[in-house]
Amino acid sequence: MKIRVQVNGQLEEADVPPRLLLVHWLREDLGLTGTHIGCETSLCGACTIHLDGRAVKSCTLFAVQADGGSVKTIEAMGEADALHPLQAGFWEAHGLQCGYCTPGMIMSAAQLLEENPDPSEAEIRHAIEGNICRCTGYQQIVDAIQHAAKQVRESGA
Amino acid sequence: MALKPVHVGQPIKRREDPRLIRGLATYTDDLKLHGTLHAAFVRSQYAAGRIVRIDAKAALGMPGVAGVFGYDALRGQVGPAPCTAILPDMAHVPYPLLADGRVLYVGQPVAVVVARDRYQARDAALAVEVEIEDRPPVVDLESALAPGAPKVYDELASNVCWHQKPEPNPELDRRFAEADGVISLRLVNQRVAPVPMEPRAIVAHWDDGPQKLTLWSSTQTPHGAKQQVAVCLGIPEHRIRVIAPEVGGGFGCKIPTYAEECLLPWLSRRLRRPIKWAETRSENLLATTHGRGHVETVEAAYRSDGKVTALRGRTVADMGAFASMLGPAIPTFTHLLACGPYAIEAVSWEIVDVYTNTMATEAYRGAGRPEAAYIVERVMDAVARALDLDRVAVRRRNLLTKDVFPYTTPTGAVYDSGDYETAVGKALQGFDWDGARAACERRRAAGELVGLGVATFTEICGLGPSSGASELDRRGTWESAELRVEPTGAVTVMTGASPHGQGQETAFAQLVADAFGIGLDDVTVVHGDTDVVTHGVGTFGSRGLVVGGTAVYMAIQKLVAKAKRIAAHKFKTSEERIELADGFFTQPGAEWRLSWAEVAMAAHLWNDPVPGEEPGLEAVARFEPPGTTFPFGVHLCQVAIDRDTGEIALERFLSVDDVGHVVNPLLADGQRLGGIVQGLGQAWCEEVRYDEAGQLLTGGFTDYTMPRAAMFPRVELDWACTPSPLNPLGAKGIGELGTIGATPCFVSAVLDALAPLGVTHLDMPLRPEKVWRAIQAAGEAR
Repeated sequence: MKIRVQVNGQLEEADVPPRLLLVHWLREDLGLTGTHIGCETSLCGACTIHLDGRAVKSCTLFAVQADGGSVKTIEAMGEADALHPLQAGFWEAHGLQCGYCTPGMIMSAAQLLEENPDPSEAEIRHAIEGNICRCTGYQQIVDAIQHAAKQVRESGA
Repeated sequence: MALKPVHVGQPIKRREDPRLIRGLATYTDDLKLHGTLHAAFVRSQYAAGRIVRIDAKAALGMPGVAGVFGYDALRGQVGPAPCTAILPDMAHVPYPLLADGRVLYVGQPVAVVVARDRYQARDAALAVEVEIEDRPPVVDLESALAPGAPKVYDELASNVCWHQKPEPNPELDRRFAEADGVISLRLVNQRVAPVPMEPRAIVAHWDDGPQKLTLWSSTQTPHGAKQQVAVCLGIPEHRIRVIAPEVGGGFGCKIPTYAEECLLPWLSRRLRRPIKWAETRSENLLATTHGRGHVETVEAAYRSDGKVTALRGRTVADMGAFASMLGPAIPTFTHLLACGPYAIEAVSWEIVDVYTNTMATEAYRGAGRPEAAYIVERVMDAVARALDLDRVAVRRRNLLTKDVFPYTTPTGAVYDSGDYETAVGKALQGFDWDGARAACERRRAAGELVGLGVATFTEICGLGPSSGASELDRRGTWESAELRVEPTGAVTVMTGASPHGQGQETAFAQLVADAFGIGLDDVTVVHGDTDVVTHGVGTFGSRGLVVGGTAVYMAIQKLVAKAKRIAAHKFKTSEERIELADGFFTQPGAEWRLSWAEVAMAAHLWNDPVPGEEPGLEAVARFEPPGTTFPFGVHLCQVAIDRDTGEIALERFLSVDDVGHVVNPLLADGQRLGGIVQGLGQAWCEEVRYDEAGQLLTGGFTDYTMPRAAMFPRVELDWACTPSPLNPLGAKGIGELGTIGATPCFVSAVLDALAPLGVTHLDMPLRPEKVWRAIQAAGEAR
């Protein structure tokens, strides 16, 4: 099936099998391997991306479901010299160890901060319930998101 | 430590992170080699049985399929999957890479399908018909020892894999006879799944030109994989390069070299194409090694003052259906650490390793020590209850005092250093234990179920010396480091301690930068490629800094010595007179000084040769640990239980840990916090379960309950410090303490909360249903 999707600000046109998962299209056809696969069942959140501005789990969507939509992945969140505040926060607060869950965590947290620029610790912990991290015990992820929230608020962005 | 601490001891943010936070890191499944074919495994649906036929005709006719292979294709060409823990008198049946006519557990690879893409491979795997004549499996650990139980292996006398009989011990018998009391406990340390967020992944590429195999694998031990694949496939090891690219967590289950890691190279050599396999999560829960799986019975003799004088224990350990690489040896750590941090004078321990028709168990964060800590902590609580003494007081009565180190336990462990009482005092004060106790009493009086938990524990880290290594291991317990210096003075570190999230690229750079007075950006740490790092062992057993970091330190000393000889030659003095500080070589009383970069340039230019020296500046070192280190920790927590639902709220958790000197407190906190939540996961919610037919009931994240963020309060952290005398860094290791202390601490708190109801025992995991039933049963009993 033919699809047209804005991916990280660029129009991608492709002819894909109907059953091709969105995550596989992004990773294998477009080379955007920052989005990871952790469970194939939408329970771990490693594959979280933004589709039309909403955080979604790309392992349980077909590529064709993104047709006509707009996708944003971790690769478009920031540049080396202009990190997204969440990327900077995860770096500052040691919000990652093996890094496998990190892109998905950042994409989920980005939606939280969009909806709630000043989340409490409890609100942060609730917001990342759909993302599993095995390394950090979550505390430094909470610190990272708080760090980012503060930076965003202070910059007025 | 001789290094001047500019970076060492500081919370330096990680040098690994820029690639990881931008999604630019390369994990194994991110690799894309031209012409890659994808593998998918056909796995046994039965826990025990005989393979009647494998019919691949339909699969072979499907689009993109390049081949379907069963054991018949491998026969005579490959060895069994690696097992290095073949203990004396162990009943061991080599485990084939694919099922050789019989199946031993659900999830065992029976055949492998290779196709152009992973969808085609999985479609074809589903089309392979496997007929199995099934038979009753043996699933439950203790049932496997019953007379007449079905046997996993017909050719063995029983399901016993290995038996360590308790030694006759008159001293122990005397202590039991003279005891004021004896308690006995039966404790289940349930089977859990390590669940690294990156499942296993492998790419194998046999290059037929140079006749060389490159194997990318998500492994904790690339050098081990190289050696083991060489043995299994008969490929000379110098024709094998193993690369562990970015590795997304391990927790022990990526220590062993798996059957799949041997099969993919075989396929690549046969088909002359790169072959890729990325494990699904359901495969990961089915067929990546599990951890724990012990049932322990223990008797403790005690005096009326709370002193525990002797332990008599028995570990029955579930090996699963085959001996994994290290699995059979893991319960020996439970025996070795049976005394914990306590001055218990006599111990005897029986170990029975048992085969069952389930996935194999293997090292899992802590590996034998969490089981030991769980046992002795439950003993301390039980003794306190029996004597109506405070649980902390009983522990203090038994803790080793700081004047006894080095201390040899009755089990033969030599504890290097410690000051347990100081750490306990710090923890109690930080928690306001007495205040918390009083607050709990007030809440209890108001009808709440609240409780406090305590665990004091030690563990064994940085394993060595290598005297215990066998030829099966292919390498000892040392670790390697190589330092290469550029003419500018920039340093590349090659470490054999290949990390998978721990942060060696940062911690080792801190050591090197401080030694030579250079910036962190002038240091690059390379790991995980056996063609670049010539020899190494890996990251496990809390050894990264203790053993790998010490090797880096030793290589630094070699570089400093040569640099001093170069400086001495240049300024016509003797090397003994030269000092190195802040990146400059100087001689007290002399006017000259030479920067690290100037020495590096001189070493490469060599236009003023130093007699007896070779040009260049590089050093190789291997650290052979003279003994093992023993961190100590105190964990305290507070829980409240919902009487109507059995749900537990973890209200507070405090951890005070002594790991010796800390190179990077930010990273060290990360290790503690992650380990604590992982340990709480076992206590609270995690469990691998099979039904009577050996079908896995916890094959996905809907059924295997992982710890999630909202379950936890902010963990409070503090340090104590008694440096290890066994390495120049004074480090003791930190990776595993969370899963050792947090688990018994949580159970202690829950049982304390339920104590007013008369509940004295529950086995993990303490899920709401189990707690609710205990509350209901207690209510009915009244």
